[in-house]
Amino acid sequence: MLQDVIEAGNGDMIVNVGPQHPATHGVLHLVITIHGETIKKVEPHLGYIHRSIEKMCESLTYRQFIYVTSRMDYLSSHINNHACALLTEKALQIEVPERAQYIRVIMDELTRLASHQLWWGAMAMDIGALTPFFLAFREREMINDIMEETCGARLTMNYMVPGGVMFDIHPNFVQKVKEFNAHFKQKIDEYDELLTGNIIFQNRMKGVGVLSKEDAISFGCTGPTARASGVSCDIRKLFPYEVYDKVSFKECMATEGDSFARYVVRLEEMKESMRIIDQLIDNIPEGEIQGKTKAVLKPPKGEFYTRVETARGELGVYVVSEGATTPYRIKFRSPGFSNLSALDHIARGQKLGDLVAMMGTLDLVIPDIDR
Amino acid sequence: MSFIRQYLSDVISGVKSLLTGMRLTGKYFIKHKETNITQQYPDNRQELFAGLPDRFRGEVVMSHDDNNEHACTGCTACELACPNGTIKIVTKFDMTPEGKKKKAIDKFVYHLELCTMCNLCIEACPTSAIKMAQNFEHSVFDRRDLTKVLNKPGSKVREGVE
Repeated sequence: MLQDVIEAGNGDMIVNVGPQHPATHGVLHLVITIHGETIKKVEPHLGYIHRSIEKMCESLTYRQFIYVTSRMDYLSSHINNHACALLTEKALQIEVPERAQYIRVIMDELTRLASHQLWWGAMAMDIGALTPFFLAFREREMINDIMEETCGARLTMNYMVPGGVMFDIHPNFVQKVKEFNAHFKQKIDEYDELLTGNIIFQNRMKGVGVLSKEDAISFGCTGPTARASGVSCDIRKLFPYEVYDKVSFKECMATEGDSFARYVVRLEEMKESMRIIDQLIDNIPEGEIQGKTKAVLKPPKGEFYTRVETARGELGVYVVSEGATTPYRIKFRSPGFSNLSALDHIARGQKLGDLVAMMGTLDLVIPDIDR
Repeated sequence: MSFIRQYLSDVISGVKSLLTGMRLTGKYFIKHKETNITQQYPDNRQELFAGLPDRFRGEVVMSHDDNNEHACTGCTACELACPNGTIKIVTKFDMTPEGKKKKAIDKFVYHLELCTMCNLCIEACPTSAIKMAQNFEHSVFDRRDLTKVLNKPGSKVREGVE
C-alpha cells in the first residue's frame, strides 16, 4: 500500500492512527491515506487483540464457554452471556422460569444503559469535551454498584447459566434499580443541556459521516448505527426473546444517517431502556431462578443459531454440535466488526479531524471486533 | 440583508447554547464538594472493604471451622467445572478407625494467577466447601506466591460430610 502511494506521486500521505491511540479506545490500527486534510481511504488493520475466543470455546463445555464471551464486548458482557445461554436452552429445549426471564431482561437493559453512558462520555471526550465523561461515569457507577451487589462483579458478571441465572437478586436490588431510574431520569436532561444543544458539537456532528440506508444494509450494519440510517433492525422487536414481547417500547429510528443521528438514536435508546426497566421492575414474579437441567449438557446433533440485541447491534451465536459435551464449531457474528467495515465508506472525502467523530458514533469496541 | 440577519441570529443562538452548557458546569463547580464521587483509595481501605457486597468475587477460599476441619471430600467437581484449570486436587488415602481406606484431599492447589472469578467451581461444589472471599488486592512480587494451597496444614474433612 505504501508502495502504491509512493508510485502514484500525487502528494498523498499515509497516517497511522493507532494501535496505541487515545481516540481508538483500544488497539485498533487505522492506516489512513490523506490528501491534504481530506481522507482518501481508511484501512483498518485488525488482530492486535485477537484471543481466538471461538477456538477456545470449542474446548470448553456449554456451561463453561459462557464466561469467555464476557471478554468479547466487555461493555455489554451481560448480553453476550445471554446469547450463549439462549443458545444452549434452544438446543436442549430448557424451559426458563419466568422470574429468571424478568431478571435477565432487567439486567440486559441496565447493561445497555451502562454501555451507552460510557459511549456518551467517551465520544464527547474524543470530540474535545471533557466534562461529559465525568457526568457519564457518575451514573455508570450506580449501575456498577447494582451489578456488584447482585452478580458479584462489576464488568464481567457471568450471571447467566443455561436455564436461568446464577443467583437470586439481592434484597436491595429492586429498590436500588428504582432509585437509579429516578436519578437518571433527571440527569439525562443534563446530557441534552450540556452536549446535544451545543453549537460546536452540532457543527462537528451534523452532516459528518453520512451512511445511507442502502449502504447500511449492504455493509451489514446493525444496532443504533443502522437504525440512525432508517433500517429497522431491533432484534428485541423483530425476533423477541425472553419477555421483550410483553413490554412496550419503541424502536428508536432516524433517517439522516449522519453522526448526529447516531448520537440522537443512542440517547433515545437510553430513555427506552429506562421505560422497559420501569415496566418490569415492579412485576418480577416469584418462583424458581433456574430451570431443570442435567449436570452434563449434551445438545443433540445439529446446527443452532441465536441472536440478541447488544448495545452495539446484533450478536449472533452459531454452533455446530456433534452431540458431545463441547461444541464442534462456534462462530460469533459480532456487531462491531460489521459496523467497522462501514468506516472506510463513510470517511472518504471527509476531513481527518472528523474521523474521530465518526469512530466515536459508530461505538467501536475493539475486543468485540477481533475476538 | 436577510443574510446578515441570519448570521447574527446564528451567532446569538450559538453563544446561548454554549452558555447553557457553561451554566451546568458552573453549577457543579460551585457545589462540587457536596457531590464528591472520587474515592481516595488507599486511604479508605477500611470502609471500602467493609462496604463490599457479600457476593463480590475476589478469590476462592476454603472455610475451616475451629477444629481445623473443612468440608472438602476431594470429589474434583470443582476441578472439572473450572474452565481454566485453576484448581488441582491432589488426593491421598486415609485410614478410617475401622481399618478401611478412605479417599481424602492431600492438597487443594489453587492457581490465583489463572482464575477469572467466574464462580463455576462454587456452583459445582456439592458440600459448599469452597467459597468466594472479598479480598481483591492480589499484587505480589513473585508470581509463585499466587499458587496457593487452600486446605490448612493438618486439617481434615469434617465428620459426616460425604
